[in-house]
Amino acid sequence: MYRHAPRLLIRAIGEGGRRSAPSAVGVTRSFSTDVPAAPSEDAAFVEAWRKVAPNIDPPKTPLAFMKPRPPTPSSIPSKLTVNFVLPYQSEIANKEVDMVIVPATSGQMGVLPGHVATIAELKPGVLSVHEGNDITKYFVSSGFAFIHANSVTDIVAVEAVPVDHIDPSLVQKGLADFTQKLNSATTELEKAEAQIGVDVHSALNAALSG
Amino acid sequence: MAMAALRREGRRFLLSPVSYNTSGAARSAIPSDEFGSIGARSISTQVVRNRMKSVKNIQKITKAMKMVAASKLRAVQVRTENSRGFWQPFTALLGDTPSVDVKKNVIVSITSDKGLCGGINSQSVRVSKALYKLTSGPEKETKYVILGEKGKVQMVRDSKNSIEMNITEVQKNPLNYTQVSVLADDILKNVEYDALRIVYNKFHSVVSFIPTISTILSPEAVEKESEAGGKLGELDNYEIEGGETKAEVLQNLTEFQFSCVLFNAVLENGCSELGARMSAMDSSSRNAGEMLDRLTLTYNRTRQASITTELTEIISGASALTG
Repeated sequence: MYRHAPRLLIRAIGEGGRRSAPSAVGVTRSFSTDVPAAPSEDAAFVEAWRKVAPNIDPPKTPLAFMKPRPPTPSSIPSKLTVNFVLPYQSEIANKEVDMVIVPATSGQMGVLPGHVATIAELKPGVLSVHEGNDITKYFVSSGFAFIHANSVTDIVAVEAVPVDHIDPSLVQKGLADFTQKLNSATTELEKAEAQIGVDVHSALNAALSG
Repeated sequence: MAMAALRREGRRFLLSPVSYNTSGAARSAIPSDEFGSIGARSISTQVVRNRMKSVKNIQKITKAMKMVAASKLRAVQVRTENSRGFWQPFTALLGDTPSVDVKKNVIVSITSDKGLCGGINSQSVRVSKALYKLTSGPEKETKYVILGEKGKVQMVRDSKNSIEMNITEVQKNPLNYTQVSVLADDILKNVEYDALRIVYNKFHSVVSFIPTISTILSPEAVEKESEAGGKLGELDNYEIEGGETKAEVLQNLTEFQFSCVLFNAVLENGCSELGARMSAMDSSSRNAGEMLDRLTLTYNRTRQASITTELTEIISGASALTG
């Protein structure tokens, strides 16, 4: 019985090899038919760099570290893709939601899929993310919202907190403080600073009551 | 560099006992030595012992530095990775334009304040210098803004006249966005630019970092580029909400972009610095260990030789008496 073992083994290996060979071909085929990836570097820059410094590798540019964004679809998708980033974390990354309402300087702005491409400055106010029946509300201090034509919305804020993390009593106290400061301010700078404080706190107040 | 010097010293010590043993001149010098017959017969091990002690101390220091870097790295790495999403919306909107051709270029090169972190600073400096060559030309002006002490030291040597600003002690405290935006404001107020190019080392892993260039255009340059079409051509399709004019919003936008990109860049570079320091200190400790092994071997061999010599003398003396 053992005499046959090597022969059996060899046959098994041979078969295994034969079996694996077509699958390997299949893998390479599936790779070769893949869509060529979007260029992750600037060809003109790389060429210019090689002329100037042939012995240093051309440095990378941010494009190399970013996932390419999807092209604008021909029909309007049913969901909106949202990125909501803060300096210290990505609050929402590539999440599909129904609608977001952003506090633009010109007023609250609802963004649905297929919204026209817009760049909006934000003011202190409530950013709400609607996902089915769930509504998540954040208070954002300031920032920008970019609404792209491909139903992707990027929101960049300097600071944001969920509305239910805000302490109402502290807001009232801050509002009173800054109102007093505004009244007692003498220089333009003090006045402007107090005005910002009052604006932010009244926006916070409105967010809590609204 | 200090380590290399130390290593050379160590080699010399290794060789020296051998040369003493073989050279006749050293032998002939021995009888003239009136004092210390022991010291004359055997080679003194005092110097080797001192060297071993100093190497041991150096190893202790490098080990401690490695530990410190490793413990700091963990916190900074988390912060860096969390800040990576922050610049992406801007690149998605304004594109990535390293090859843009404008008159006034400002190269913001980010380096560290402290040394002993491998080649990270020289890498930044090399890339910045090459970028300087790339962007300079007739009727063009390129200036440096240097963050960090070590970059300044390397740059001052040959491009002193092009350094516009130098900011140090950025990494001293854990950075937050507010500090960086004050820094960015400082830079924006003091330099005139059409394009800012931030050179930094992007953290990839503890042992590897990637030199990277981020480009930020001035509002005027953005407008010009978007009118000319090309990469920024799509910007014209965007409606602008808020602000009085488009130019005003664009200015806010680009300044905000600069602070955001700078925030990420400073964090990335700080993280790469810690990683590089960790690996540099790791290899230093290893080298110190190897050197210590070699020195110990030399020390023991010399000691053994002197014992053998003494024994031989005693035995031969005894045999002369009995015989």
